[in-house]
Amino acid sequence: MSTISTVTSLAYLVAAASFVIGLHLMNSPASARRGSQLSSAGMAIAVAATIARIAYDGLITPTGWAVLGAGTLLGAGVGLRSAYTIKMTAIPQLVSLFNAVGGGAAALVAIADFVRLTGVPRASIVPSVMVPTVLDVVIGAVTFTGSLLAAGKLQGWVPGRPLVFPGVRLVNILLAVVVLGGGAYLFSGADNGWVLTAVLLAALAFGVTMVLPIGGADMPVVISMLNALTGTAVAMAGFVIGNSALIIAGALVGASGAILTKLMADAMNRSIANIVVGGFGTGDALDPGAAAIGGDIRQIGAADAAIQLAYASKVIIVPGYGLAAAQAQHEVAQLAVLLQERGADVSFAIHPVAGRMPGHMNVLLAEANVPYTLLKEMDEINPEFPQADVALVIGANDVTNPAARRAGTAISGMPILDVDRAKHVIVIKRSMGHGYAGIDNELYTDPKTEMFLADAKTGLAELTAAIKTLVG
Amino acid sequence: MSASLLSDISIFLLSLLVGFEVISKVPSTLHTPLMSAANSIHGIVLVGAMLTAAAAHTTVGYVLSFIAAAFAGMNVVGGYRVTDRMLQMFKRPPLPPKGGTDQDRS
Repeated sequence: MSTISTVTSLAYLVAAASFVIGLHLMNSPASARRGSQLSSAGMAIAVAATIARIAYDGLITPTGWAVLGAGTLLGAGVGLRSAYTIKMTAIPQLVSLFNAVGGGAAALVAIADFVRLTGVPRASIVPSVMVPTVLDVVIGAVTFTGSLLAAGKLQGWVPGRPLVFPGVRLVNILLAVVVLGGGAYLFSGADNGWVLTAVLLAALAFGVTMVLPIGGADMPVVISMLNALTGTAVAMAGFVIGNSALIIAGALVGASGAILTKLMADAMNRSIANIVVGGFGTGDALDPGAAAIGGDIRQIGAADAAIQLAYASKVIIVPGYGLAAAQAQHEVAQLAVLLQERGADVSFAIHPVAGRMPGHMNVLLAEANVPYTLLKEMDEINPEFPQADVALVIGANDVTNPAARRAGTAISGMPILDVDRAKHVIVIKRSMGHGYAGIDNELYTDPKTEMFLADAKTGLAELTAAIKTLVG
Repeated sequence: MSASLLSDISIFLLSLLVGFEVISKVPSTLHTPLMSAANSIHGIVLVGAMLTAAAAHTTVGYVLSFIAAAFAGMNVVGGYRVTDRMLQMFKRPPLPPKGGTDQDRS
């Protein structure tokens, strides 16, 4: 082993260790930022070592340097700009976009390697390179188009509802045949560029047909899954070019995405297969027109709700998708501060799938300066609901529906927040429409629940103003 | 099976297991930054793009390397920046209960 390759290998080892330790430091909000910084330092070391290696080897052409420099700077500039300007409500789109380009880059590395190898006279590409090449191209291409489409859905450029077109199953089967058949052909040692192109195009198309039928509320699962796939693609790229740093980092990300996918699917009471196949809540067995709720509901105005909150000694706030959609995180934070000043014990109950990606609600509340010690996970807060004088539900629906505890409903078995066990419940909601599952929320007709029908942002502002004027 | 392939497969498998072990302890409060951090880590594909550019000698090779470098650069730089931006918002509670005056907008 030459000196330079020893040095680069050691640098990659340092980088890999910093990724693992960096992820480990994310176990607590207090050390998480240090973890991310350590991980970025490891990344810088890996990149610097690679530059040194390339310069030392001297095989790169001046055009190669120019292409590399210009490409990296352009990408870095765009990435940096979007990272600085993005709104916290739009984080899921940005993470999806970064995921897409990561998957795309991984696929391109394998494609470039394939093109280079087929461009020179030699024996056919060995299976230990060909197998990861095909896997990398397929997985990378699927995540590229899949993540772009997911980002488009989250941004609202593509309708968020499940889009199903006739014959989609047939199209998927055809695409699978092309990918599997082409892959098998390439594995057999025939390195035909046209076959790889066909496989690439089929995989790109499959990314679209896979994400298209998946609804907006399932996005936390989909984003996690695409993240896992990109990690795997990067690991495959590592096998193609024989680079351990890519293999380790890719495997770490693959594992993290897989865990999050499982956690999210469990929290939504869905199997991963069920989400990917799609069709949940599209309204065939249910009646979406029956938005009017059965049973009586009691409406309440800002003034009455304010009085109840002002004299409560323990308040649990349950923020949901409606709060994120209305971008009302600052209003809810102001209300929490006001109640705390009046001596109330205030905490936030956060369901795992609140928001548009795993843990998104926590980021929104952190942005509004809510200390992370007030953000309680479902298992931690559920035993506290019986002591709560008021549970204030803001734009959350299915995750509070007690029907989940019974068998035979669309959400049976789904883990929920035990809001109905609080002494009193106030729900801020824009309309009496259904949640994603399309069923009535029995919480709303509970005798101790009162509905404050308003947009989350204006409703919360009215509440805060009312508390100030009514009780000082 | 060559020795290097065998060691690559071992590294891959062990890294997967380390990943499962490390990440299953992350609280759900931090899942978004975690995913964003993991996203930045797969930006290591920039190293792959650099090695690809170093080996390129044809127009097709240059074009592919350029796009790969741009994609990977965006992934890694943007990813780390946005993760850091998120994490710096996670604050401990202020020690004395903080007055709401600076946050009032009524």
